[in-house]
Amino acid sequence: MNTPSPDTGLIAAQPAPAGKVGLIGWVRMRLFASPLNILMTVLIVWLLMMGLPPLLEWALLKANFTASNAQECRAGPGGACWAFIREKYRLILFGTYPYDEQWRPLLATLILLAVIVCSAIRRFWNLWLVAIWVVGLACVACLMWGGLAGLTYVENTRWGGLPLTLILSTFGIAFAFPIGVILALGRRSNMPVIKALSVVYIEIIRGVPLISLLFMSSVMLPLFLPEGMSIDKLLRAQIAIIMFAAAYVAETVRGGLQAIDRGQIEGAQSIGLTYWQTMRKIVLPQALRIVIPPLVSIFIALFKDTSLVVVIGIYDLTLSAKASLSDPLWRGFSIEAYLFISLIYFVFCFAMSRYSKQLESRLDTGYAH
Amino acid sequence: MHISRQSPEQSVTEPIIRMQNVNKWYGQFHVLRDINLDVAAGERIVICGPSGSGKSTLIRCINALESHQQGSIIVDGTQLTDNLKKVEQVRKNVGMVFQHFNLFPHLTVLENLTLGPVWVLKQSQAEAQARAMQTLERVRIPDQANKFPGQLSGGQQQRVAIARSLCMNPKVLLFDEPTSALDPEMVKEVLDVMVNLASESGVTMLCVTHEMGFARKVADRVVFMDQGSIVEQNTPDAFFDHPQHERTRHFLDQILH
Repeated sequence: MNTPSPDTGLIAAQPAPAGKVGLIGWVRMRLFASPLNILMTVLIVWLLMMGLPPLLEWALLKANFTASNAQECRAGPGGACWAFIREKYRLILFGTYPYDEQWRPLLATLILLAVIVCSAIRRFWNLWLVAIWVVGLACVACLMWGGLAGLTYVENTRWGGLPLTLILSTFGIAFAFPIGVILALGRRSNMPVIKALSVVYIEIIRGVPLISLLFMSSVMLPLFLPEGMSIDKLLRAQIAIIMFAAAYVAETVRGGLQAIDRGQIEGAQSIGLTYWQTMRKIVLPQALRIVIPPLVSIFIALFKDTSLVVVIGIYDLTLSAKASLSDPLWRGFSIEAYLFISLIYFVFCFAMSRYSKQLESRLDTGYAH
Repeated sequence: MHISRQSPEQSVTEPIIRMQNVNKWYGQFHVLRDINLDVAAGERIVICGPSGSGKSTLIRCINALESHQQGSIIVDGTQLTDNLKKVEQVRKNVGMVFQHFNLFPHLTVLENLTLGPVWVLKQSQAEAQARAMQTLERVRIPDQANKFPGQLSGGQQQRVAIARSLCMNPKVLLFDEPTSALDPEMVKEVLDVMVNLASESGVTMLCVTHEMGFARKVADRVVFMDQGSIVEQNTPDAFFDHPQHERTRHFLDQILH
């Protein structure tokens, strides 16, 4: 059948092999290709059949969405009590922020999200972005603190919930990234003092858990400050998060820098670029593209690690969820509360992950690295 | 910053590159031994020699991609030291073409060409782009301006690399084995560009290569190196037809078959 035709020297066209295309082909290739593959397929189907129905039953069929108090929920058929979330979502989302003023953190959160979305769009990657950030952050600060334009003043110790988590992680990423890049360049510097300082910083910070950094910033640091001088607790936590993430960013970026061929630097030097021009125009754009996946992992971890500020009593999303559970009228719905905030965390982390994937393919110029 | 410029009265005969008693070691290994080489402005020099003879290192010292440990190198009146300002001054006037092209893969061909003129020579974008297009015409690939280097063939990439250094208006061009990494059928297109360059412009060229046809056609002088020393230098005809040293004869036997 495969012998070439005597006239043209070509093999005659053939139909696609049976059983390799279409739905049956797909199923056979993906699900039943080998004994191990068959075993895994059966195992997964069995697990889904065991787990999915009870989960759906609990989360949807037997769930109570409308109860007005905990007794009604408990009297039901034993499903999830989403009425709890309905009752408490404002406490979870905005923490201890004054109840009547909670439109302010809501608006601030939306503005912050809008600014972040603008930063992700390549069309805004110019001076506009700086303007957007300045205006956006000014609005967020006005709304959160108030104290002007008829808004009552709200201390930042009363901030909480989602806006706080977003603020901590936005500033965390925005500052940890450039500091990390500079540390990475410092670690590869020819200048011994700069190199040593970078290495010491990175190794010390990486060797210490974030929790202990947060404790130190909140408990130890005030002891060393001169009397009468104090740095805001929230700011201290923010600095600890930035310092921590910067060390990880530095090591990741260094990995990218090492992957850049020495010839790239020589090429840049040969046309007379200075060290900083070479880094900014040639080395970093290539190095950072390579490390987008691990870098985004760090940012996702940072986003979730902001929840560790609970240990020093800052009401971020996690702690305000916990606070919502302490209402004596609504005891015992921790599963619902933690599922709710997990969903919020997941939405943000998944968005970051998808964006990084898109960014990666958009920056691909067809060279092998 | 102090750049020592040559005085005007001696400028006619003053060489554009003067290397005096240059020595360099990699650890214990003595790569360059007492190199003395004067290159006149506009001269075209081909440097050849067996691998490991230090020829690449020699030209890489001229734009300070490698530092030398002894002796002096003066390029266009500027003495090369550890002073970064002087090094940058020299690199502005000295272009280099590499064996592996070293194009910037994340930038288009046009961006590769305008980067130096815009950032180092402070030309405007429009000016730099106009000049880049002219230069691409000169190396005969104007239609590739908006592609990325990864989309071009090796020969095209090397011609872009030549164009990149030409856009800086260099007084000296260094070629470090520009055709060694190319597939055989692409060697000629790159050599043609280099021959044209030699005949049309007054740029000083130092070229490390084993292309002996190119050397005969273009070079004013052939320099033969072995084990870190300059063994012999002569006009191409004299060099190829009447090599003076045993080592030169041996080397020529090897490469000319």
